[in-house]
Amino acid sequence: MYRYDELDQAFVDQRVAEFRDQTRRHLAGQLSEDEFRPLRLRNGLYIQRHAPMLRIAIPYGLLASRQLAKLADIARRYDRGFGHFTTRQNLQLNWPNLADVPDILAELAGVQMHAIQTSGNCVRNVTADHMAGIARDEIDDPRPYCEIIRQWATLHPEFTYLPRKFKIAVTGSPEDRAASEVHDIGLHLARDARGDIGFTVLVGGGLGRAPAIGQVIRDFLPLPELLSYLEAILRVYNRHGRRDNLNKARIKVLVKSLGIARFREQVEEEWRLGRARAARLPASEVERVRSFFRPQPYETLEDFDASAGREPAFQAWYRYNTRPHRVSGYRAVFVSLKAHGQNPGDMSCEQMEAVAALAERVSFGLIRTTHNQNLLLADVRQSELYQVWLELAHHQLAMPNIGTLTDMIACPGLDFCSLANAGTLGVAKQIQERFDDLDYLYDLGDIEIKMSGCMNACGHHHVGHIGILGVDKHGEEWYQITLGGSANGFTALGEVIGPSVPKSEVAATIERIVELYRTLRAEGERFIDTLRRVGLAPFKESAYATHPAAA
Amino acid sequence: MRRILRRREIVADDWVHLGEEAADGAALIVPLVELRKDPGRWREWSGRLGVRLTPVDRVEELAQELPRLDLVAVEFPNPSDGRGYSQARLLRERLGFRGELRAVGAGVRQDQVFLLARCGFDALELAAGEDAQAARRALERYDVAYQPGSAAVGLRAQRFSAQ
Repeated sequence: MYRYDELDQAFVDQRVAEFRDQTRRHLAGQLSEDEFRPLRLRNGLYIQRHAPMLRIAIPYGLLASRQLAKLADIARRYDRGFGHFTTRQNLQLNWPNLADVPDILAELAGVQMHAIQTSGNCVRNVTADHMAGIARDEIDDPRPYCEIIRQWATLHPEFTYLPRKFKIAVTGSPEDRAASEVHDIGLHLARDARGDIGFTVLVGGGLGRAPAIGQVIRDFLPLPELLSYLEAILRVYNRHGRRDNLNKARIKVLVKSLGIARFREQVEEEWRLGRARAARLPASEVERVRSFFRPQPYETLEDFDASAGREPAFQAWYRYNTRPHRVSGYRAVFVSLKAHGQNPGDMSCEQMEAVAALAERVSFGLIRTTHNQNLLLADVRQSELYQVWLELAHHQLAMPNIGTLTDMIACPGLDFCSLANAGTLGVAKQIQERFDDLDYLYDLGDIEIKMSGCMNACGHHHVGHIGILGVDKHGEEWYQITLGGSANGFTALGEVIGPSVPKSEVAATIERIVELYRTLRAEGERFIDTLRRVGLAPFKESAYATHPAAA
Repeated sequence: MRRILRRREIVADDWVHLGEEAADGAALIVPLVELRKDPGRWREWSGRLGVRLTPVDRVEELAQELPRLDLVAVEFPNPSDGRGYSQARLLRERLGFRGELRAVGAGVRQDQVFLLARCGFDALELAAGEDAQAARRALERYDVAYQPGSAAVGLRAQRFSAQ
């Protein structure tokens, strides 16, 4: 993985010193809350319902064992012993003290980490496919380009006070595992006719209010022009994005109002005029960064079926929680943060330490966080899978449900977030309880549930096969259900099926929907494919049919 | 007399804004709308002349007037409005403006000055109540950066360069 050089280290150290001074001035009454807010947000610090919330950056989801161990250490000493992994591959601590945050940031800087630009109206953490570098269908590893963009975007002199937040995702495989089409900019690695690396550039995707799917602004952008082209897009957005209405300030609104053709014209014109003065990306710098992401020193091994002859519990885990690897003899292993009875994405510091130590032994000391709020050990020898399973199971991290209905995405919701209209964690528990039978989950197959506690859509409900959105109805928590969303490969926004349902009815409603799927599906047909084939109408009807048992 | 931060010095301001008390031949900063209303009057102004831009003004439209101008003031109504950063870079890099580039308004605070200077501002008219000494020190909060930026901010290392 990337290692800081002297410049990177000096920068984060100076950033900590700056924030320490800003925090001191705020606590001394020299910076009002209004004045302090944009400064603390750009250092990942929110003021939440109960306490501050600190969102720590995990660039493109890659962590070294010593970094995960440090996160555990921080969660124990400065928080309540756990953290929450987000859909943008970051980690949130829910209970730090404001006065301690400069010290926390200093500890992070000590392991080459930070919380810079994880919130605020600026370029956020650049995310990537969690299978980067090991996927069999990959064109190129997206992570070096994520790292280059991270550096270019960090405290950018021109683009630190944008109209609104700005999210970039990079994917290197035809199968989009990074939800890149619902980002402000999505970059898809591609090769031109000569085999040179570049990107297909998408712009204007986003969830939240008025969700939109990104549109292609450029079919092929040569790699050396990556930063100059990003600058052109950001400059057009910084100058012309709306600043009068927070809900209309994302780039997707500008793209929509101009239309992609006119927006493209403006960007290309800006690029033509500005590229000579934009940040250059010389081949030597690309090479320097790429050198940190070389393939691991894999052993020469044969593929074999590690599950053959093992007990059914291991076989289920092997089938659901591991994935093929580009290199024979290895598999990628999900660490499930979706155990039933646990908040999706939450992890205790003991679990973090256990995984950090395990990764050190079996996966080159590296851990990845995934868009779906799990962790991944990317490079595990197949011969070690059984031991890894035993160890993960010992720490309640081997729930064999990856890709099933209970591998759901959920934001922290009303229990923590001051923006939320409704709880998500209680509903997640309700769903886990109702769908606790693994054989039933396996029979249902690949179903993605995504749940947000408000319109801001941190839980990506628009692109869930089943989306759940918490709404406030006269002080009560109700839930709107959408069907048919998807974020990988074929990006689509879900459609609301009808009136929202009370909290007590969410799991039962979902059960009626998936029961209908069971009766309608063709042999081997996935839930989303049945939906697309038969349309939403029958599902809308059955969702609201009174359950016989409840009548 | 107002004091401003010019490069790294806190100095008495030798410019006045239109509407402030100004002697004949004073160095005067005029809002762009006023400049446009009566171009003849300002062409004949005997003193040095500057223009003041709001965030919505398009700097490209200044190209013709720039040779006559000794100063361009860019307004930051609050710290979160970042349009002036783009205006500054365009003035310096695309339009080749070499005169004084001044940030003005309630958004010009010590926590912004490093970025402002990197975008090419060489004069900072700080928001009312802002500590000028602290702002001067804030110009030196960082001695490294990733992006190219104004050479006037002396950094010991920069990751990316332009051209």
